[in-house]
Amino acid sequence: MTKGFTQRHLLGMENLTREEITTILDLGERFLEIADRPIKKVPTLRGKTVINLFLEPSTRTRTSFEIAAKRLSADGVNFTASSSSTVKGETLIDTAMNLDAMNPDIVVIRHAQAGSALLLSQRIRAGIVNAGDGAHEHPTQALLDASTIRAHKKKIEGLTVVICGDIDHSRVARSNIFALRTLGARVRVAGPRSLLPIGVENLGCEAFDRIEPALEGADVVMMLRIQLERKAGSRFPNTREYARYFGLNARRLALAKPDAIVMHPGPMNRGVEIDPGVADGPRSVILEQVSRGVAIRMAVLYLLGGGSGEEWSKS
Amino acid sequence: MKLRPAPPDKNLVERGEILDAVGISRVLRRIAFEIIERNGPAPYLVGIRTGGAVLAERMVEMLAASGESRPVLGAIDITLYRDDVFLGLPKPEIGATELPESIEGRTVVLVDDVLFTGRTVRAAMDVLADYGRPRAVQLAVLADRGRRELPIQPDYVGVRLQTTADQSVRVMLADRGETDRVVLRERITK
Repeated sequence: MTKGFTQRHLLGMENLTREEITTILDLGERFLEIADRPIKKVPTLRGKTVINLFLEPSTRTRTSFEIAAKRLSADGVNFTASSSSTVKGETLIDTAMNLDAMNPDIVVIRHAQAGSALLLSQRIRAGIVNAGDGAHEHPTQALLDASTIRAHKKKIEGLTVVICGDIDHSRVARSNIFALRTLGARVRVAGPRSLLPIGVENLGCEAFDRIEPALEGADVVMMLRIQLERKAGSRFPNTREYARYFGLNARRLALAKPDAIVMHPGPMNRGVEIDPGVADGPRSVILEQVSRGVAIRMAVLYLLGGGSGEEWSKS
Repeated sequence: MKLRPAPPDKNLVERGEILDAVGISRVLRRIAFEIIERNGPAPYLVGIRTGGAVLAERMVEMLAASGESRPVLGAIDITLYRDDVFLGLPKPEIGATELPESIEGRTVVLVDDVLFTGRTVRAAMDVLADYGRPRAVQLAVLADRGRRELPIQPDYVGVRLQTTADQSVRVMLADRGETDRVVLRERITK
């Protein structure tokens, strides 16, 4: 398989090839080791500037990108919603063009609007990493999920992966469907019909309005939070009822394969979509997802931080 | 890790063989024994990927097969430490850095296939510094082709060559799917 990644931006998983995804996953394995060194830092991106433009609340993803940039010796600058000029009425494009005038090498953007990362990539010179744009995509989450699955199952091709929860509002679900389909997995989505987007089957997955049949024979179970901030609460009676019908507990997990792993992109609502016993149980890989997130983001920054020119060669 | 030969460069023509398979093996044996003669038994060899790692492993096997104590074998990848990483596209594949024992206070012998500008060795020393403070770092190379751009000198040398800027020295190894050979090549300018 030929390896390589020549994209200037990481906007989503939809248009990445299997080779490009595999290149990032393999690099991620190398970057994972840096976290265990006495000095958790390599000089690779010295002198490069990475701006984290987070216009939607985020702790995990922003911190993860920040640590990834620091471990590669890049200079990171954070812009968060509360401190940015967008609250003073500036448009996203104006904010971006102002940032671009400061000549950053990479801009990592999180925004409530789908398509915002693409819009930025058309307006500014820096490489853009989409860290979540509305309900559209969250590519680094799908990459770290694929990395975690591959580490436990040794392969992704042929696996059955269940994604359960608020599929309609979930960029994580969308990016995972694209990535896992490209890598050859079978994807099932499950949730109340009111939270399954119409036509989700067209993305190449099977849809279930009950969790039990979806779980049968699954290798990977990925639980998603109900996005109450996107008014998902109006789509079902109440969270107690949701937990009763769609929450992952030990009894339901027993329907999946005996070696199935349990994943969650966070933030987790214990007792709603996932039972604490399962979240902290032996089959949960939730915290490993977080560790791998840093390594995957390092791989992405490394690949986008490069200049263009002649092929790398060792004389 | 799978090792593959470097892609062929059409503008490079072969100008002669410096070492054949027997020659490589003889030179490695001599260097291996020089290393233990100078440092005592069981040294810490660290190969620079990919060529140096193969050579270091062969020296470890040679010493072990000769009844000497088995040296510690490590390997490092210097991609993330190069000063020219971003002159071109980033290398999409990086090898593992494996140092099975702490290098703190040890004498570490770096092993590379060809010593040229010295930039690879400079990067390799930076990698080591991130893992600890060795008592000393020595350098063993199969071929030294001169034309240094940094103040770096080898402690153990297989063959020494005078080369021009248009020439290159290529180490072919069976581990990378080629026949063991060291050849001198020259760039033809049109």
